[in-house]
Amino acid sequence: MARYLVHRVFGMLVVLFLVSLFTYMVFFLLAPDPAVQICGKTCTPERIDQIRANLSLDDPFLVQFLHFLQGLFLGRDYGTGASAVHCSAPCLGYSFQSAQSVTDMIVQRLPVTAVVAIGAAVLWLLAGVVGGLISAVREGRFTDKFITSLTLGGMSVPNYVLALVLQYVFVVWLQWLPFPQAVPFADDPAQWFLNFILPWTVLAVGYASSYTRLTRANVIDTLGENFVRTARAKGLRPDLVWRRHALRPALTPIVTIAGMDFAGLLGGALITESVFGINGVGKLAADSITKNDQPVIMAVTLLAAFFVVVGNMAVDLLYSAIDPRVRVGAAS
Amino acid sequence: MSLLSVRDLTVTFGDTAVVGGIGFDLPKGGSLGIVGESGSGKSMTSLAVMGLLPRGAARGGSIVFDGTDLCALTERRMRAIRGDRIAMIFQDPLSSLNPYYTVGTQIAEAYRSHRSGVSRRAARKVAVEAMERVHIKEAGRRVDDYPHQFSGGMRQRVMIAMALSTEPELIIADEPTTALDVTVQAQILDLLAEVRRDTGAALIMITHDLAVVSEVADTVVVMRHGDVVETGSTEQIFSDPQHPYTQALLDAVPRIDDEIGDLRLLSGGEA
Repeated sequence: MARYLVHRVFGMLVVLFLVSLFTYMVFFLLAPDPAVQICGKTCTPERIDQIRANLSLDDPFLVQFLHFLQGLFLGRDYGTGASAVHCSAPCLGYSFQSAQSVTDMIVQRLPVTAVVAIGAAVLWLLAGVVGGLISAVREGRFTDKFITSLTLGGMSVPNYVLALVLQYVFVVWLQWLPFPQAVPFADDPAQWFLNFILPWTVLAVGYASSYTRLTRANVIDTLGENFVRTARAKGLRPDLVWRRHALRPALTPIVTIAGMDFAGLLGGALITESVFGINGVGKLAADSITKNDQPVIMAVTLLAAFFVVVGNMAVDLLYSAIDPRVRVGAAS
Repeated sequence: MSLLSVRDLTVTFGDTAVVGGIGFDLPKGGSLGIVGESGSGKSMTSLAVMGLLPRGAARGGSIVFDGTDLCALTERRMRAIRGDRIAMIFQDPLSSLNPYYTVGTQIAEAYRSHRSGVSRRAARKVAVEAMERVHIKEAGRRVDDYPHQFSGGMRQRVMIAMALSTEPELIIADEPTTALDVTVQAQILDLLAEVRRDTGAALIMITHDLAVVSEVADTVVVMRHGDVVETGSTEQIFSDPQHPYTQALLDAVPRIDDEIGDLRLLSGGEA
C-alpha cells in the first residue's frame, strides 16, 4: 500500500509538472508582450524596459519557467535592490491587470467555488441516484420513459440557456427567489443561501441527467444478478431488494465518477459562475482569459489540473474503501 | 395430505410453453427429484413454485402448498411464504451471494424479514447458529466475512444456512452441487440429508445428475421438453424404467464395469 501510494504521488507530480510546463509554454509563445500590457497607454520605451527587467521577461524560456517553479515552492523576488518585491511560496506571480497577488486572488475565490461545487454535487447525486433507481425498476414503463426524456433534455440544454431561463422564470416572473445580491454568509444567511439555489440547480442538471442514465444502466445490470434473485427468494420486500441488493453494487462506479466530476468542478465552473456573477475561480478564469492576464490563467489552469489529479487518486483510494472484494483479501 | 401438490402447471412465454401442464405430489418431509436435461423445464418449475418467474413468463394451473393455492396468492402474501416456509438454494453459490455484504448479514436478512421485532444482535446469533448447523468452523468469527473469502463448498453451506435459518417446511435445491467438485458435492448432499433429518423439511432436488437423485430422492420426476415423461419411486425408476427416454438417460450414465461402446444418442423430437 505504501509503495502504491508513493508510486501514485510520483505519477501525480509528473503530470502536474508537464501541465505547468505546457501551459507556461503556450502563454510564453502566444501571449502579446505583457510589458506593453502592464505599461498601459502613457508609456515610454524606458518604462517598458524597466518592467521587462523586473519580471525577467528577457530571460530564456526555461529560465523563466524555473523561476516560476521556484516561486511556487520556495518564493521569489521580483526586481532588484530597494524596489525588489518578495513573493513568498506558493507564489503564482502578480496579476498584469490589478497587480494583486495571484495566490491571494485564488485563496479568496476558492471557498466560493467550493460552495458552488458541493451544493451542486449534493443535488445531482441525490437526483441522479434516486431518478436512476426509479427508472431502472420501472424499466420500459411510462415512468422510465418520462425520466429518460427529462434526462435527454437535461443533457442537451446548455448551462447558459438554462441559467437565463431559470432566472427569468423564478426571479423575474414568479418572483419566488429574490434578486441576487452579493452578501457575505454572516450578514444574511438566508439571502446568501437563496443566491446559490439557481447556480446549484443549473450546474446540477447536466450532471444529474448523466448520473440518472448511468445509475439506471447499472441497476438494470445488477437486477439481473443471481444474488438479486436470492434476495427475492428470501421474501425480502421489493424496496429492500432494490436498495440493498441492486443499488449498492451499482453505486461503486458512480462514486468514482462523482469524485472526478467534483474535483473537476473545484477548478471552477466557468459558464455558471460567469452567468450568475459568482466571484469564484471559474469567473476569475473567464475574466483573466478575456483580459489575457497570463499569471492568473496559468494559476487557474494549474489549480484545475491539481484538483483533477488529486481527485483521481482520492477516487482510487475510495474504491478500496467501498468494495469489500478490494478491501479484504481473497479467500483464506 | 401432501405438503405440495402441483396440478396442470404451465409456464409460458407468450405463445411458447416451456412447462406444459405437469403435476406431482410431495408428502410432508418427503423428497422429490426432478431430473432432465438443460431446457427440460425443471428450473422453470421450481421458479414457478417460488413465484419468481422471470418477467414475461406466465403461470397456469395450481400449486397447492399446505392447503393454499400459491397461484392464487397476492404477491404480498406469497412473499410471506417465500424464504420463510419455502426456501430455495441455487446453483452457483458465488454469484448467488451479494459480494457487498457479509455472509452473516445475508443470513440474518432472511430471518429478520420474516420475524418482526428481531434485533440485529438476535439475528446475528441466529446466523451464527445456522452456520454452526451447516458445519462452518469458527462460525462466530466467519459470520463477519464476505462471500469471496469462502471456498465454493463453504459458500454453498452459507446458502444452506440461509435457507435453514427460518426453519422452512420445504427446501427447493436447484442444481446445488453442479458448480462444485465431486468430493464437495458429496459433502453438500450429506449435509442436505442431515438437515432434513434434523428439521423434517421436505426437499425438491432439481438436477441433471442421476447419481444425485438416487442419493437424496424418494420419488423421481423425469422431465423432457416441459413435460413429465415418467414419475415413480427412485427404486422403480432406477431398476425398471418404463419410458424410453428414462432408459436412455440411465444408459448415458457411465459405469465402471461397462464396455466402451458408442454414445447412445437421444432423439431430438418429442419422445
